Amino acid sequence: MRKPRRALAEAAAVAVAVLVAFPLYWMVLSAFKPAGEIRSDRPLPWTLEPTLDSFRRVFEQQDFGRYFLNSLAVAGTVVLVSAVIAFLAAVAVVRFRFRLRTSVLVMFLVAQMVPIEALTIPMFFLMRDLGVLNSLFSLIIPHLAFSLPFAVWMLRGFVKAVPEALEEQAFIDGASRARFLWQILFPLVLPGLVATSVFSFISTWNDFLFAKSFIISATENSTLPMALLVFFDDETPDWGGVMAGSTVMTLPVLLFFVLVHRRLVSGLGGAVK
Amino acid sequence: MSLLAAPPGNGAGGGGRTRRRARPASLQGHRWTPWLYLAPALLVLAGLLAYPIYQLGLLSLLEYTQAQVSGGEPASFQGLGNYAELFSDPQFWDVLLATVVFAAACVFGTMAVGCALAVLLTRIRAVPRLLLMLAAMGAWATPAMTGSTVWVFLFDPDFGPVNRVLGLGDHSWTYGRMSAFALVLMEVVWCSFPLVMTTVYAGIRAIPAEVLEAAELDGASLWRTWRSVLAPMLRPILVVVVIQSIIWDFKIFTQIYVMTGGGGDAGQNLVLNVYAYQKAFSSSQYSLGSAIGVVMLLILLAVVLVYLRLLRRGGEEL
Repeated sequence: MRKPRRALAEAAAVAVAVLVAFPLYWMVLSAFKPAGEIRSDRPLPWTLEPTLDSFRRVFEQQDFGRYFLNSLAVAGTVVLVSAVIAFLAAVAVVRFRFRLRTSVLVMFLVAQMVPIEALTIPMFFLMRDLGVLNSLFSLIIPHLAFSLPFAVWMLRGFVKAVPEALEEQAFIDGASRARFLWQILFPLVLPGLVATSVFSFISTWNDFLFAKSFIISATENSTLPMALLVFFDDETPDWGGVMAGSTVMTLPVLLFFVLVHRRLVSGLGGAVK
Repeated sequence: MSLLAAPPGNGAGGGGRTRRRARPASLQGHRWTPWLYLAPALLVLAGLLAYPIYQLGLLSLLEYTQAQVSGGEPASFQGLGNYAELFSDPQFWDVLLATVVFAAACVFGTMAVGCALAVLLTRIRAVPRLLLMLAAMGAWATPAMTGSTVWVFLFDPDFGPVNRVLGLGDHSWTYGRMSAFALVLMEVVWCSFPLVMTTVYAGIRAIPAEVLEAAELDGASLWRTWRSVLAPMLRPILVVVVIQSIIWDFKIFTQIYVMTGGGGDAGQNLVLNVYAYQKAFSSSQYSLGSAIGVVMLLILLAVVLVYLRLLRRGGEEL
C-alpha cells in the first residue's frame, strides 16, 4: 500500500517543482531567444538559436551596467553599515541586563513591522530637507532604517548561541572589551551576520517604490528596477529586453541566496527546537 | 523580503531559558555600556523611523499640496479635514475593501500551498525533495520586480505561453478586475509560499517521529493528522508566518503597480499602498496620501498588537 502512494507523492512533488521553476526558466530562455521567436504567437519552450542580442540591447541602449553598479552600491552599503550597527545592538540586548531591556526588544520587534512604504511621503520630504534627493544616499538612508530592526532581531539568536563562558574566559585572560567584541565575538557571529544580511540585501536590491519616488530627474542615479521599467512601460514592451534585464537583476540575488540558504534554514530551525 | 521574522530561539517556548548567571562586576562594565552599544541603532531608528511616522501624522492634519511643496504658501492646519474628505470618498472604501480581501486571499493561498507542500516534503525521498526545494528557492529569491515582469509575460495575450497552452486565445488577464487580481495573487503566492514551506517543514522535522507514527498507526488520514497533531504542535510557527504574511501582503506595492498599473483610470486594481502613492506623487495631494498612510499604519499596528499578545501568551522570554 505504501509504495504506490509514495510514488504518487513524489510525482506530484516533481510536477510542482517544474511548475514553480517554470517562470524562471521562461525568463532566462526568453532572454536568450532571438527577437523573431519572442514575437511569435507560437512560443516554444526551447530555442535552437540562442543569442545575446537582448543583453546587448539592455547594456548598450540603457546603460544597464551603470544601474547594476548603482544597485550594488546601495545594497552593499546598507548591508555593511546595518550589519555593524545591528551587531552592537544585538550584543547590548543579549549580553547585558539593564532596565528597559525588554522594552527595547519589543520596540525592535514593532519597528520591524512598520510598513515602510507608508512612510514614503514623509521620507520624501526628509530626503529633500537633507538635500539628498536624486542621489543614491536617498535610497541608502531609508533602507538602513528598515533593515536594522530585523537584523537586530535575527542576530539576537546568533549572539545568544555563543557561550557566555567564552566571554568570561576572555576577560580573565585580560582581553579588553573592544578586543573581545571585534576579535572574538564578531568572527563567531559572522555566519549569522551573513545570513541576516541576505535580507537587507534583498529588500534593498528589490526596492522599487523609493527608487521611483526619490530619484526623480537624475537618471544616472537610477537603480535596476527603474531601468527595467523603461523596457516594460510601453504599449508594446520589448519582451526580450525586459527578460534579459530581469535575468540580470535576478541572478545576484539568486546566487547570494543559494550561498547562504543553509545558514538561513539552520537559523530558522532554531526557531522550532 | 523582511517578512521572515521567525527569529532563532523564538517559538515553541520551553527551549531552555538562559539562566542569569551572576557575573563579576567588571565584566558588566559601566551601566551605560549597553546604551553605548545601542546608541547607533536607536539614533537611526529615531531619526529615520520615529520622526517620519510623526511627520506622516502631522502631514495628514495639514493642507499640503503642490503650492506648499514649492514653498510658496504656508501649510494650514486642517484638523481631521483630510480624514473627513477621505472617508466620504466612496473610492477609498472600495480600495480598502479590495486591499483587505486581496491580502486575505494572498495569505490564505500562501499558507495553504506552503503547508500542503511542507507535508508533502516529509513523505518523499531525498531527490524529489531537493528538486522541489531548489525550485522553491528560486521563486523565493526572485525580486518582486522581476517576478512581476515575468508573470505578466507568461500571461501575455499575444506572446505568452499560458494562453497558448490553455487555449485561451488572446484573452487579456489584466483587463478584467477579478482576473487581474487573480494574476497578481498567483505571483504573490508563487514568491511567498517557499518561506512558509521551508519554515513549516523545519517545524515538522523537529516533531518527534513517534508522534507521527502513532497518528499513522491509529489510521489517521492526512487531513486529520494535520488538524489534530501537526497544526497544534506547529502553532507558534504558524502564528509567526501568518502574521508576517498579513503584514507583507497588506502593504503590497510593486506587484500591483507593475502588473496592473492600479488598473487604469478607474483604478479597479488599486490597493491602499498604490492609492496613497498615486494621491501623493501623481496628484500632489500629499496630505490625503499621508492620511491613507496613517490608516494603513493603524491597521497594521492592530495586527502587531495581536501578534505581541500571542507571543506573550506563548510564554516566550524575550
